[in-house]
Amino acid sequence: MFQKVFSSFQSLFNSSYDWIPTYTSQTSHQLDPSTSQLFAGKLLLRQDIPLDEQDFQALCTMDYFQPVQAIVKHQFRFTCRRCGNNKKTLFSEIPCSRCHQRHVYCRKCIEMGRVLACEPLYVWTGPTAEWERQETPCTWQGSLTNSQQQASDRITKAMVNGNEELMVWAVCGAGKTEMLFEGIAAAIAQGKRVCLATPRADVVRELLPRFQASFPETTMDGLYGGSEDKRGTAQLILATTHQLIRYAHAFDVVIIDEIDAFPYHGDPSLPFVTNRAAKRDASMIYLTATPRKQQKSRVQANKLATVFVPVRFHGHPLPAPKLHLCFSLQKQLKAAQLPEALLKWYRKRVNPKRQLLIFVPTIELAEKIVPTLAEKLSISSITSVHSSDPERETKVQQLRHKEIFVLVTTTILERGVTFPSVDVVVLDAGHRVFDEAALVQIAGRAGRSPDDPTGEVIFFHDGRTNAMVEAVQSIKAMNKKGRTVK
Amino acid sequence: MKCLWCEDEISMDITWVNVFFPEPPKKLCPSCEPDLEPLKDSLCHRCSRKSDTSVCPDCERWEHHPMWKGVLSFNRSVFSYNSTLQGMIAKWKYRGDYVLREAFQEVSRTTFKQTFQQIAKEAILVPIPLSEERLYERGFNQAEAIADLLGHPFQQKLERIDGGKQSKKSRKDRITSENPFRVEGSINKPVILIDDIYTTGITVRHAAIRLKEVGCPTVYSFTLAR
Ligand SMILES: [Zn+2]
Ligand SMILES: [Zn+2]
Ligand SMILES: [Zn+2]
Repeated sequence: MFQKVFSSFQSLFNSSYDWIPTYTSQTSHQLDPSTSQLFAGKLLLRQDIPLDEQDFQALCTMDYFQPVQAIVKHQFRFTCRRCGNNKKTLFSEIPCSRCHQRHVYCRKCIEMGRVLACEPLYVWTGPTAEWERQETPCTWQGSLTNSQQQASDRITKAMVNGNEELMVWAVCGAGKTEMLFEGIAAAIAQGKRVCLATPRADVVRELLPRFQASFPETTMDGLYGGSEDKRGTAQLILATTHQLIRYAHAFDVVIIDEIDAFPYHGDPSLPFVTNRAAKRDASMIYLTATPRKQQKSRVQANKLATVFVPVRFHGHPLPAPKLHLCFSLQKQLKAAQLPEALLKWYRKRVNPKRQLLIFVPTIELAEKIVPTLAEKLSISSITSVHSSDPERETKVQQLRHKEIFVLVTTTILERGVTFPSVDVVVLDAGHRVFDEAALVQIAGRAGRSPDDPTGEVIFFHDGRTNAMVEAVQSIKAMNKKGRTVK
Repeated sequence: MKCLWCEDEISMDITWVNVFFPEPPKKLCPSCEPDLEPLKDSLCHRCSRKSDTSVCPDCERWEHHPMWKGVLSFNRSVFSYNSTLQGMIAKWKYRGDYVLREAFQEVSRTTFKQTFQQIAKEAILVPIPLSEERLYERGFNQAEAIADLLGHPFQQKLERIDGGKQSKKSRKDRITSENPFRVEGSINKPVILIDDIYTTGITVRHAAIRLKEVGCPTVYSFTLAR
């Protein structure tokens, strides 16, 4: 049997999905096609199947649902087939009052309904779902830059052909969503089912209305923790990666946004469920602005087809970071003092109207440095934000609406957020939280708008690190590439 | 060991003391553990909520009511039902993460022992039952899970009965039918009821009324949260 191996994830997770039944029941029975659409490509607990017991049993008798063991044990190790968990501490025992035995359950995916060893997961093996083949599903009227168009053509080819992996290496602000439209339209015209998976719920919320406007006739679901419709029965699914826990061999096209942010917190469940959600002959499209070392080396070894988008949609180059060495920086920051160089730069910066985004390595420093900044820069509209800040969303909105002039942040704002006109500062850029990818993403916050396509990016450090040097090099390399394609 | 709540590694300092006198392994890490507040000082003697007076206003009210007076001798709870415990109980009980009960074991045992050492010698521990439907849904009964932590034998003497349609019943029926419990047989020993949360105290009192109807001399209750 052909088994797809995604080596970008390989070292993390080498899994086989051959326990997922692939046949279809030969029983012929008149069935509402929406039933197939409801269950096709799903991997469900009985409690997730909205059928009464009689109907459910009838479908089981016809082999339309196939049970698979949910938790398997080999060599003293359990694996949860729903989330891929195989960590010992994330399984526990329960004296189960359903089966009156003591057995394990999975703690890892318990927030999505508990997987008990005594109960199977169900896979749909009934009539295959048919999806509508619209001739021209996409009504988007905008135009693409040359570079976007090239990428779009390549993406379209991969999506139409199937059984392909393609990495789209596009700079921050390249306009990647629009590059996907033609390909998705072509896939839908072929009656394919498409999924865009992203690590973050705000991306789903932001993209859903844009896709709905561009594909008005296509059925579409946005799935994230707390989203209202959890059925996920549409032809086009936009989902956070966690939501794919309920899918198996569902999609002909899987687009993975920010593949480099993927194994975040080293969570192997995410690649496990994403790969499982793809059909065996699916097209896999990986989007990234900052590929990881492993992904880059696959590109260099010609093992992963790649298309570059080295210019931003507005055609201007990426602002290259400037490095500024400050001796005793650590000592100063510890005492909540600022380096003189920062104040000097601030007074003389090119465009004093721009808002300021200041990245710091720790939550503690973010909170501590705000009063000093307020005093030294004589600014009252300044605040800090971090991952466990309940007002995180509000503060981001306030910066967007220019109600805040300076926002001090940890790396949580390194990706995905766009502000039209900011200068970007990194304090203590040599800290280990700022790896190459983080620094490139941070620099990518500047110059996003066509109205202010430049912006200053300045790294204050007390000794340059490889990460800083590589970040600057890779930004310059992209700009160089960009000059040739324009 | 990993912390049951946040999954962080719990590091164990090895000293000559704990090499020779090993402590039970910690279930929560040093940053999660202090979020649980054991109920200790200035508590209401009857319901063990934090209180300035020796008997809190709620308990005064119970004891002035002709129907409820003396039904429950007293309640002892282990932890304050603060936001951390609310989160933990929700995950334990509703999500069904059974193992989380171990985070409560050590303090529960000590508290139980301090309060009931003498009483437990002759009393029966009776966990509050769930309806069949709830039991199936959750996969376990949280009150039994707590009783089981205490290291004393317990007996399921109570049964939870379905309320049925309220409107068709007379007022008298309705008042008695509000009591969701039933007991089979007779009981001539004191009972310590076990439950997860004491909120208003109505549940354990309903159970106590039923137990007393069949001869039980005294009823106490022990709950995880108050
Ligand atoms: Zn699991
Ligand atoms: Zn079971
Ligand atoms: Zn009281």
